[in-house]
Amino acid sequence: MSSNVRFTDFKSDKQPTWCPGCGDFGTMNGMMKALANTGNSPDDTFVVAGIGCSGKIGTYMRSYALHGVHGRALPVGTGVKLANPDLEVMVAGGDGDGYSIGVGHFIHAVRRNIDITYVVMDNRIYGLTKGQASPTSRSDFETATTPEGSKQPPVNPLALALSAGGSFIAQSFSSHAQRHTEIIEEAIEHDGFSLVNTFSPCVTFNDVDTYDYFRDSLVDLGGDDADYDPSDREQAKDKILDSEKEYMGVLYQDDDVQSYEQAHGVEGNMADIDTDGAPDGAMDLVREFY
Amino acid sequence: MHEDLNWAIGGEAGDGIDSTGKIFAQALSRAGRHVFTSKDFASRIRGGYTAYKVRTSVDKVRSVVDRLDILIALTERTVDENLDELHDGSVIIYDGERTEFSDFEAPDDVTGLDVPLKSLAEDAGGAIMRNIVALGAVCEVAGFPIENLDESLEKKFGGKGEKIVENNKEAARLGADYVTEEFDLAFDFDLETTDNDYVLLNGDEAIGMGAIAAGCKFYAGYPITPATDVMTYLKGRIENFGGHVVQAEDELAAINMALGAARAGARSMTATSGPGIDLMTETFGLVATSETPLVITNVMRSGPSTGMPTKQEQGDLNQMLYGGHGEIPRFVLAPTTVAECFWKTIEAFNLAEKYQTPVYLTADLAMAVTEQTFDPETFDMDAVEIDRGKVVDEDDISKWQNEKDQFKPHAVTADGVSPRAFPGTEGGVHMSTGLEHDELGRRTEDVDVRVEQVDKRQQKVTTAEEEEDFSYREFGNPDSDNLVISWGSNEGTLIEAMDYLDQEDVDVRLLSVPYIFPRPDLTEDVEEAEDVVVVECNATGQFADLVEHDTLTRVKRVNKYNGVQFKADELAEDIQEELA
Ligand SMILES: Cc1ncc(C[n+]2csc(CCOP(=O)(O)OP(=O)(O)O)c2C)c(N)n1
Ligand code: SF4
Repeated sequence: MSSNVRFTDFKSDKQPTWCPGCGDFGTMNGMMKALANTGNSPDDTFVVAGIGCSGKIGTYMRSYALHGVHGRALPVGTGVKLANPDLEVMVAGGDGDGYSIGVGHFIHAVRRNIDITYVVMDNRIYGLTKGQASPTSRSDFETATTPEGSKQPPVNPLALALSAGGSFIAQSFSSHAQRHTEIIEEAIEHDGFSLVNTFSPCVTFNDVDTYDYFRDSLVDLGGDDADYDPSDREQAKDKILDSEKEYMGVLYQDDDVQSYEQAHGVEGNMADIDTDGAPDGAMDLVREFY
Repeated sequence: MHEDLNWAIGGEAGDGIDSTGKIFAQALSRAGRHVFTSKDFASRIRGGYTAYKVRTSVDKVRSVVDRLDILIALTERTVDENLDELHDGSVIIYDGERTEFSDFEAPDDVTGLDVPLKSLAEDAGGAIMRNIVALGAVCEVAGFPIENLDESLEKKFGGKGEKIVENNKEAARLGADYVTEEFDLAFDFDLETTDNDYVLLNGDEAIGMGAIAAGCKFYAGYPITPATDVMTYLKGRIENFGGHVVQAEDELAAINMALGAARAGARSMTATSGPGIDLMTETFGLVATSETPLVITNVMRSGPSTGMPTKQEQGDLNQMLYGGHGEIPRFVLAPTTVAECFWKTIEAFNLAEKYQTPVYLTADLAMAVTEQTFDPETFDMDAVEIDRGKVVDEDDISKWQNEKDQFKPHAVTADGVSPRAFPGTEGGVHMSTGLEHDELGRRTEDVDVRVEQVDKRQQKVTTAEEEEDFSYREFGNPDSDNLVISWGSNEGTLIEAMDYLDQEDVDVRLLSVPYIFPRPDLTEDVEEAEDVVVVECNATGQFADLVEHDTLTRVKRVNKYNGVQFKADELAEDIQEELA
């Protein structure tokens, strides 16, 4: 890894087509800064993106990247990481991508505790398909597909992650640039699966979960003068299940559990194979069948 | 005396049928006899009838037959299920304490041997060994020296300690002695041994072994009959070669994980059966569009929907050829024997990487779960060749960059194949996507670029057709007017069916085709023949349709889709009928 990487090295020369003011700009900037600050370079970074406005991030960042199919980004990231654990693997997508079509993969990636950083750009709406309810939309939020509200409680992704044994659970806000960057840095440095649910307002289709709303209501648990202890699971549970308030910062972190790679002894780069022929010792495989 | 012997053990699922059958099959194989096994199993774990059948001969055996010489019947139902395969001289071994022979409506000249399996097993150290007692009895009846069982027992029970092994050997001997002492009968069997060395394995195992031989290091899968054995084989072995197996949460995850690993540069595979293929089809298109090398194994079972999970069929050919929205370049390989499962797996990895495409590798249930003996040299690891295609490193990368030093993972080339840079390669940074893209991998709706990229991907198939040898395997009389064409596991049965046809003075030329797409051009062969019969285990004749499409000639069809694989004599009859 080169040490003189600047965050702009992670910027592609493609201009984002996000609406002016979209929260995704801030989310992405924080990701790029955090990658650079933690000493990563584009050559050693792999970004997997989902589908949605959020999923376009892979195009605007500069790194090895795959923009996959809707909801399946986490399994792709899992495969990349296991095949080459030396890569810094980041997975990004929207709330629809991650908590609706991809929620099954989400739970399993959390419990596998594979060492990837998952940034969900949560705008509580489907942006790319032009404003339908998302799994994190409020139950009374009116959209084209829910004219009277969904009348279903929203998914609580932090609670899902905690119940699935998540080892790093954080919430962030794209317009708190510095805190957002710090939180992603911590996520990158965590050995295991890191969820960073990032409020990333959709200025076009969501007039409820706005910048103002988050700015006024979010309670920051971290920062310089906070005395919140993220290793306290009970405390984390209380915050995560609090129906009155929403929090940002690292809500829960467990540094004692092993990552999937550590637990399974996956280390080498699987791209390296013997091109002269079958691997050494392969004939033993045949002898087993005597 | 019969040239070959057909033996079976049947009972309820949970009776240890499989392991008992396997012990005997291995003993025969080690004694230098050829073996062909087949399984009759239901998809229930308890309560369902299951049987393990072993056919053995000094000569090569390639299929199942409708004849049973010795049957261990742990339940009455076992006899009912196999009634029409018993014949004059067949022997049934049963335990009178569990099974009443008077209930058997077996043919008159079938000999029933009431062996107190359970009591003898208890004498040897535990009732659990009753199947081993039965195996000892079989050795005595079949004229197969019982010492040959010893090594198999050691292999099976060695991990449980010397005592258990000795008890099992003792159990087998008690079974054998009981037959000698209690029945004053001469049996018409004599299983001679030879000095030949054979290995015994099934299609799923051969695919797993082929994957490791090919340098595959990553496997993600979700359990499904009859593909699970591929995963079971790899787990615990691939790690010794620096690889890893993930049991994914579903097939959607499995194929996406495999795709991720492939993009990171690993040789990567997933395996499933029909229902899983349906789920994977979404990502199949992404694999093709992002030009990721991936091997997807489909061990076919009877469909549609959940169909008959434990039954034979070759019904997914159209799904593999046409599945997925849009138009997708791909390869479809279909090995025709267990040994070919090994070699075609290696070829699948080479094709996937040379052409950066998904490759379907398909076996059918009959081949996947069937064990066969082979000369170990059949799997000669020294003959394995690896071709990773156009991988570029730091030194070459500049040739594939544009004026802004951006790498072009989808560069348009004459052969349709672009360079590949593994993540970590300096200067190779790029993205890939399921969206239509330009040479850099960036989304586009530009009409010319779209056409260029579609043509580029399609060109790979044309290039492969020119560079690879997508031929067939040929058997029988090359000059015969009767042409029989088959694919998948039917080859072995057809080779034996030709012996039956020979007796009727019918000669045929058999083409066994291991490539479904691209496939050999059969036009001349079809035109030269008077009668053409395509044999396959499905109802509609999916391969026959392709032959007709390619050759613009009507062909005859022999189809079987009741869930049971073809048998040689039956197939001979069907073919003869079509030729008449
Ligand atoms: C299998 C499949 N179903 C549906 C779609 C259509 N689709 C595209 S984006 C999207 C929702 C995205 O919402 P979200 O993940 O919240 O991302 P956002 O656009 O809000 O950033 C849907 C349903 C698709 N591309 N693929
Ligand atoms: S629609 Fe919403 S989420 Fe999509 S780019 Fe515009 S503001 Fe962002």
